[in-house]
Amino acid sequence: MSMVQINNVRKAYQDGFEALKGASLEIHEGEILALLGPNGAGKTTLISTICGITQPTSGKITVGGHDVVSDYRGARSLVGLVPQEINLEPFERVMNTVRFSRGLFGKPKDDALLERILRQLSLWDKRDNRIMELSGGMKRRVLIAKALAHEPRVLFLDEPTAGVDVELRRDMWKIVAGLKEAGVTIILTTHYIEEAEAIADRIGVINKGEILLVEEKTALMTRLGQKELRIELQDPVETLPAVLAARGLRIEEDGQVLVYCYDTAQDRTGIATLVRKVSDAGLVLRDLQTRQNSLEDIFVGLVSKQEDAA
Amino acid sequence: MNWQAIRAIYVFEMSRFFRTLLQSFVSPVISTSLYFVVFGAAIGSRIDQVEGVSYGAFIVPGLIMLSVMTQAISNASFGIYFPKFIGTIYELLSAPINFLEIVLGYVGAAATKALFIGIVILGTSALFVDLSIQHPLAMLSFLVLTCVSFALFGFIIGIWAGNFEQLQLIPLLVVTPLVFLGGSFYSISMLPPVWQTISFFNPVVYLVSGFRWSFFGLADVPIGLSLLAIGGFTLLCLAIIWLIFKTGWRIRA
Ligand SMILES: Nc1ncnc2c1ncn2[C@@H]1O[C@H](COP(=O)(O)OP(=O)(O)OP(=O)(O)O)[C@@H](O)[C@H]1O
Ligand SMILES: [Mg+2]
Repeated sequence: MSMVQINNVRKAYQDGFEALKGASLEIHEGEILALLGPNGAGKTTLISTICGITQPTSGKITVGGHDVVSDYRGARSLVGLVPQEINLEPFERVMNTVRFSRGLFGKPKDDALLERILRQLSLWDKRDNRIMELSGGMKRRVLIAKALAHEPRVLFLDEPTAGVDVELRRDMWKIVAGLKEAGVTIILTTHYIEEAEAIADRIGVINKGEILLVEEKTALMTRLGQKELRIELQDPVETLPAVLAARGLRIEEDGQVLVYCYDTAQDRTGIATLVRKVSDAGLVLRDLQTRQNSLEDIFVGLVSKQEDAA
Repeated sequence: MNWQAIRAIYVFEMSRFFRTLLQSFVSPVISTSLYFVVFGAAIGSRIDQVEGVSYGAFIVPGLIMLSVMTQAISNASFGIYFPKFIGTIYELLSAPINFLEIVLGYVGAAATKALFIGIVILGTSALFVDLSIQHPLAMLSFLVLTCVSFALFGFIIGIWAGNFEQLQLIPLLVVTPLVFLGGSFYSISMLPPVWQTISFFNPVVYLVSGFRWSFFGLADVPIGLSLLAIGGFTLLCLAIIWLIFKTGWRIRA
């Protein structure tokens, strides 16, 4: 079931800059979706548009079936947002500001729930402290507590682990996993590919306001399990001999290189036979290379391909 | 209506006020006392009566209005400017609330604070002069309405302001002169005719006059006109705020 539906959304800021160029994305109920993208890709803009902080210039967004513009109450009461920037009132006390968030979303007072949330985030001891007396990582957790205080069904985490130490990052992952257990749909943005690998169900890549790819992490991982053998030839070939084409080889770089993809998990990779067949076909090898695909490669590949197209 | 949200904003804003309660209480008491010493004693000894009311008592309504207007404006403008300034406004924008609820919360709190200060000044004044209030209900209504309308006005300033200087600009350049020239410390009839005519273009004259009427039964302008002025001002501010939220001006990028 889809929880958030984003249809061809464009967002032009007042200065005319188009930060989203027709983004479409469907987020399933109960999943963790990681959005990867370089600085300025439009991640925060996309989240802001869903949460009501900016208005889309065109396109349609629904959350739980509620249009975020025309039925904003229905949509927003389902959504919790942990912003990228640490926006907190320095003189407020932790408990007070968390209580405020709950009330603001129209939920009746429930201090027992707030206690559970603060304990879970290891903030209970700090409940009566002023925000300015907390460390950076604690402040980030206060932001999470504020977002959880009104029991959202969908939680947006905009770079929750930026500037956070390794231990806290693992804690954060645990918290996210716990929320997923509780049935919360989670969208998080990150620059860390290993973070997306560690916790996401699906991974989306966004760059220059366009969503380039959304795929199941497991499917991506299978692609990652693939290895590539690159055979550089002494003299380029124009067409691939039929025997080689039959084995799934392809030519690259104007016939200078032959590329063969194989699964490292297989017993027989077939490399030995392949190399023999290449010589049999009368082609002279100059060099051999093998390469393992990583998510990073896929990511960089996508982004640079888009750059070339532009 | 999301009453919980209105309450949450109101309580949150008021808690800021209660944290500085002593300061909120002491400063109007001291400044009122100073006014009485300077205006009441120094000038009052020369003008002993204005239209049958002792000068000390005569300035009380104007004194209250002066503080209430400036307090309502500064409280409300700061209240909404601050979240904009430090970025916590994201929460207001992403919450399931509409403009009316935001306004009720912030303006309600700002008006309450101003009302509190107005009452403190009234109480302090009663220590210095004999006060009789002829129309207590009208007095209270005028006071509340002034608190609300000027808090609305302050709310607009807070949204408009792009920095702290601008936040101070309008109160300093527009409101304070209008209030001082609005008959707080004198009766319009004491002015030369040209200045009397000019004064009737000052909206504050209508408020002070109406408020003074509720104390002593005497006014510079008909009471109906005073009511119309303050009612019109309230509606104008509401309409502007509605427009601001509709267009997202200075709030939603
Ligand atoms: N209020 C604004 N007015 C004009 N342009 C903006 C505004 N906010 C963002 N932009 C522009 O929109 C583009 C996308 O910004 P956005 O903040 O969405 O990127 P991001 O993917 O979140 O980047 P990061 O990883 O650095 O957080 C950027 O080029 C940015 O300069
Ligand atoms: Mg961002």
